[in-house]
Amino acid sequence: MENRLVVQIEDVSFRYEKEEVLERINLAVPKGAFLGLVGPNGSGKSTLLKCMLGLLKPDRGRIFLFGEPIESFRAWHRIGFVSQKANSFNRGFPATVEEVVASGLTAKRGLFRRLTKDDRRTVEAALEAVGLRGLAKRNIGELSGGQQQRGFIARALASKPDLLILDEPTVGVDARHVHEFYELLGDLNRRGLTLVLVTHDIGTITDRVTHIACLNKRLYFHGNAEEFERLGDEAISRFYGHPLHVLSHEH
Amino acid sequence: MWEAIWQYEFLRNAFLAGILTGFAAPLLGVFIVVRRLSLIADALSHVALAGIAAGLLIGKSVSTAAGWNPLYIGMGFSVAGSLLIEKLRAVYRHYEELAIPIILSAGIGLSVILISIANGFNADLFSYLFGSVSAVSSDDVWAVFVVAVIAAAIIFVFYKELFLLSFDEEYARVSGVRAKFIHFLFIVLVALVIASSMRIVGVLLVSSLMTLPVAASIRIAKSFKQAIVFSIFFGELSVIIGLLAAYELDWAPGGTIVMLAVAILLLVLGWKKWKRGR
Repeated sequence: MENRLVVQIEDVSFRYEKEEVLERINLAVPKGAFLGLVGPNGSGKSTLLKCMLGLLKPDRGRIFLFGEPIESFRAWHRIGFVSQKANSFNRGFPATVEEVVASGLTAKRGLFRRLTKDDRRTVEAALEAVGLRGLAKRNIGELSGGQQQRGFIARALASKPDLLILDEPTVGVDARHVHEFYELLGDLNRRGLTLVLVTHDIGTITDRVTHIACLNKRLYFHGNAEEFERLGDEAISRFYGHPLHVLSHEH
Repeated sequence: MWEAIWQYEFLRNAFLAGILTGFAAPLLGVFIVVRRLSLIADALSHVALAGIAAGLLIGKSVSTAAGWNPLYIGMGFSVAGSLLIEKLRAVYRHYEELAIPIILSAGIGLSVILISIANGFNADLFSYLFGSVSAVSSDDVWAVFVVAVIAAAIIFVFYKELFLLSFDEEYARVSGVRAKFIHFLFIVLVALVIASSMRIVGVLLVSSLMTLPVAASIRIAKSFKQAIVFSIFFGELSVIIGLLAAYELDWAPGGTIVMLAVAILLLVLGWKKWKRGR
């Protein structure tokens, strides 16, 4: 039977040299959830993410992906990732949007395997899902920041993942497109994709996600979005270390 | 001229080696340039020179080694240099480009010492420095051929991994691409192609065949595949016309080929500007 928990983090700690960045984190992401992982800058969000992606090895604790211990997990195509750094790519890179999106299939295709007709259809569908189909043959560097970001989501979707992880995806995207961007994520979530979104911006996401986890070295809160809203500004400010007023995003 | 190519073996060798080099060097060059490693080729060619000098010296002083082709020793040095660069890049993680001047200086330093031990320049060494139409042996052609075939095969097999690593290394790692292994494979390949290209364009100019055609190509290519095709096309154009001109005018082929590549680059830049201005 397929495990209901997509990600399980058990008692994970991590330190860079002497500095403890993560302290005994326990976190589970159920299938179909849209988890907002929030915390101030330097709170260890990206470190936790890198542990989840197998890029860093925690000093203690265990991580399971789809019920499988991360050490033996091989089905990386089931996880799509949109990095914070995705937007800082070399803009002079001679590649089309289509080529970049197709590169998301790398984990799925073995050596020697070229793009099949099926793969091309998958790439087209991913471009369609993010509304970039008309720009497939354009150079990726010519697109606007928001379009590029959608391109990177399409790349992550190309391997038909069951879990999509996004690290500060709206940094560098202008405010006008941020709303559109969250609409897209909500849409993908309603279609059954599990999402983990990392952001320092609590205000924008509280009414868009199903679950929230607040991280600042330790996990201060983990629950569904309604519970979080009942928490009140004071509790959240305490966790952020400075006064904060959570505004619900107007539509 | 064309009859001469069929008539004289040395000319045929030069053309075969040139055509193979004009293919392999820009092919790898595309990946080098987009990863902002253009200077690596310079560093490795100077390490290869130290190997060539060592080979010539051994050939001169050890009678049993007189028949050795210095090209192979150059290849060995260049591969060792490439591994050292990778090592140094890991040591100086925040100054990755520092590895290049370190290896470049070490290569030149060692070459100068070896050349002075061998009592200075001779015609052979001169042909390695500036390239030669007449010095390419059929043994050299075989070496260039084997290296070009290996390069094409590895790029074909690992194309999507190399593309992803060049475009977005973090994403490549998340996708389960074995980044370390592919880096290693690629840099060794670069070292081999550099050493084998030296015969035609010479040590001092070998990096130009990896960068100039690519510099022209990425100005006009829409896609990555197009960038590869244009780079090889410009590379072959410079090599073939360059060798013909060098033979007719009795110029050094390395310089002629490189100046043609520069001319192509200027034409492309000018065309691009004219097109934008319209």
